[in-house]
Amino acid sequence: MIRFVAIRLVEIAVVLALLSFAIYVLIGLMPGDPIDLMRNADPHMTAADVAHLKAVYGLDRPLVARYLAWITGALAGNLGYSRLFAEPVWTVLLPRLGNSLVLMGSSFILALLLGLVLGTLAARRPHSRLDAAINLVCFAGVSVPTFWLALVLILVFAADLGWLPASGAATAGVAEIGDRLRHLVLPVATLTLASVGGYTRYVRAAMREALAEDHIRTARAKGAGPARVIVHHALRSAMVPVTTILALSFGSLVSGALVTETMFAYPGMGKLIFDAVMGNDYNLALAGLLLAAVVTMLANLAADLAYGWLDPRVTYR
Amino acid sequence: MTDSGGVQGLGADSMRSRHLARNALPTIFAGIVGVFSVALLAAASGSVPAGGVARGTLTIGITQFPATLNPDIDAMAAKSYVLGMAARPFTVYDAGWRLVCLLCRRLPSMANGLAVPVAVKNGKKGVALTYTIRPDAKWGDGVPVTTDDVMFTYDVGRNPQSAVTGAEFYRRVTRIDVKDKHTFTLHDDKLTFDYAAIDDFVPLPAHIERAAFADPAQYRIRSRYNTDSTDPGLYDGPYRISEVATGSYIVLTPNPYWSGPAPHFRRITVRAIENTAALEANLLSGSIDMVAGELGPPLDEALAFEAAHGDQFRFVYKPGLIFEHVDLNLARPALADRRVRQALLYGVDREAISKSLFAGRQPVADSFVSPLDAGYAGDIPHYRYDPAKAAQLLDAAGWHTAGGGLRRDAAGRVLSLELKTTAGDRTRELVEQVLQSQWRQIGVDVRIKNEPARVLFGESLPHRNFDMAMYAWISAPENVPRSIFDSQEVPDAANGYSGQNDTGFRNATMDRLIDATETELDPVKRKGLWAQMQRLYATELPSLPLYFRSNVFILPKWLKGVAPTGNQYPTTLWITDWTAQ
Repeated sequence: MIRFVAIRLVEIAVVLALLSFAIYVLIGLMPGDPIDLMRNADPHMTAADVAHLKAVYGLDRPLVARYLAWITGALAGNLGYSRLFAEPVWTVLLPRLGNSLVLMGSSFILALLLGLVLGTLAARRPHSRLDAAINLVCFAGVSVPTFWLALVLILVFAADLGWLPASGAATAGVAEIGDRLRHLVLPVATLTLASVGGYTRYVRAAMREALAEDHIRTARAKGAGPARVIVHHALRSAMVPVTTILALSFGSLVSGALVTETMFAYPGMGKLIFDAVMGNDYNLALAGLLLAAVVTMLANLAADLAYGWLDPRVTYR
Repeated sequence: MTDSGGVQGLGADSMRSRHLARNALPTIFAGIVGVFSVALLAAASGSVPAGGVARGTLTIGITQFPATLNPDIDAMAAKSYVLGMAARPFTVYDAGWRLVCLLCRRLPSMANGLAVPVAVKNGKKGVALTYTIRPDAKWGDGVPVTTDDVMFTYDVGRNPQSAVTGAEFYRRVTRIDVKDKHTFTLHDDKLTFDYAAIDDFVPLPAHIERAAFADPAQYRIRSRYNTDSTDPGLYDGPYRISEVATGSYIVLTPNPYWSGPAPHFRRITVRAIENTAALEANLLSGSIDMVAGELGPPLDEALAFEAAHGDQFRFVYKPGLIFEHVDLNLARPALADRRVRQALLYGVDREAISKSLFAGRQPVADSFVSPLDAGYAGDIPHYRYDPAKAAQLLDAAGWHTAGGGLRRDAAGRVLSLELKTTAGDRTRELVEQVLQSQWRQIGVDVRIKNEPARVLFGESLPHRNFDMAMYAWISAPENVPRSIFDSQEVPDAANGYSGQNDTGFRNATMDRLIDATETELDPVKRKGLWAQMQRLYATELPSLPLYFRSNVFILPKWLKGVAPTGNQYPTTLWITDWTAQ
């Protein structure tokens, strides 16, 4: 297994190096830069001003030269400064990363738990009324646009009922856990409702397959009750395909949820990465995107290792 | 295969650990559910922070977050809005579009002797301008604002590595003489009619910023405005910034060393909510008290919001300097013909667009100069909707109606043009559809090809890769249109595609008028020059004027004293006039 892990880590390093170059070049090839946009907002800005600022920000240098400077600094642990926020990349990134982990992690766990419960219930009695009702909820959740769902939740729970705050991660100047939790409820609910349908469908399919296996029939024959059969026997088998889906979802924990963050003015990674890409903030965009890539790849490695725990037939070569 | 078959060959320890793991699954499951249930219950049981109820506080919603708070780096509306409360420029244009002193005591003029014309090289005229800083002006840490700060700011601005955005000012001011701690004389190498306006010159606190400027190339990064933006010594306005949650909100509290009229609110929070629908929902929920017109929703959304909730808020519509227009690429053979350009304008019913889409809140434009501006001339050609006249002009230009109602030239080519605007801008996209339909009626085929803002502004306009492009120019009071009409400002490879004269308008008369207007000190003569420029524009039509955009301020009924300026200076510069009643 050690050899397997070592090979995968080398692969991850190679992919990251290639990815960093690809991202840098792709952002660089996008038309326009912050100075071009600034030009349009300042009636006094002359052609000479634009040329001068581009030189100051190094935007007049060849793309490859800029990339080499960045990668040299990054390998030395210096990710540089964010041009959009005029702060070191880590200073901008870390608070957003924390916010995203809380938001995405909460909704991820909630959606997963609900998906496991609903998917299992649906799989136990396929084509029953309960299964149909759960399917309906799933398809509704998957089909409803996130921005619309977010807006409805804001209007109902913040504007009409006044129970919950409409936006932000916390009330300005308030540093209480209760305040943070209140601000989390609506965005977490939005993301959970939007993703629970998918998880439920995966779990349902996997659980139906697992419940049809021979060892389940044996367990039942041995007198195991329905709950024991599901929790102790079927769930584990069903988790193998679900684990693959979960591993792929892990990247979103750090890459954030652009639409939800925008609707709730929640300072997370999704909006940050989007703004960085759109604003040609190379350093920030690269750090954010590579972080998401690293987490996704490590999560996939973890998933591969988990397969062995969930299914002993799996071996590592 | 049995359940136990899956663990064949494993040792006893492994079997035990698997058994434990199996038993742990439901426990973990139940534990996580429990934790989340408690968290959600705790969240739901809390109360929502009230917005706008406590009248000692004010929460403002805007759609943008400032990239930096350094007043002299980066041009951004959100920064100007926030700093309007915390930083004092020397001069600004007020709501009456008069130039006024904020940090200085008196505006220099020839009459009061504080502005003295001087000869500069090449026989041209410059001017020496003497300003005196208000003696009671202090930074938020109690240190007086002095000429040390003026000289330091000048050094920063003059340094080519410092990335200051108002570079034109620093190029023109050749030196500053300090008379005493509060009085200094600027030597401007060009005597222009607006010589007293030094609004791009916002002093920086030398006692704090000097250390960050040790390496000028790093100043934009190391400026204390970026590294410790809540340092009270950075601000000399009625408020200082006391908390910044990057990308989310900024909190301002009164500056204890402010000697002007005391501000009413003990705390102002500016929240950035980019999505305008969410912004309005926040307003309804009370999370924010008001929406700043400078950075608020588009007009059509505001009109719909007013129709639904007009009884709860006060709506103020202020037309201003944002000039919506359609740029015409004069390098395109069809558009190089003035008659075609005029026909296009005759073929659009702008009054109907303004009435039906904007409830008449956005006045139709006849030129690039706002009716609120001192340079506005009312007697320039007005293109009232006249499809017959448009057809006549197109016929004269050699574009005749053929099969399908479209016009063709002698070679059989269809008069077909591409129209671009910023994709996703719903208002512009609506207007675009009306234009397309109305131009189709006069036989012009218009294909819509919208682009994201960064593509339009970063690629298509500078490289002049368009036929027609609809967007806005942001102007300033009596802003001489050098950057958009002067022949030298046409973007090309030689200037790195940096000019803003995207239409490629080259007109010697316009160039001469721009030069003459800039240096004409006599207001009456200058008004004549402005009128000539507008007439020339309205005749030549390098772009098609549509309307002047209105900003919509959505205010709580208890908030008084907010006076929209209609120009680029934000209402927050007069924050001390704002009160809760």
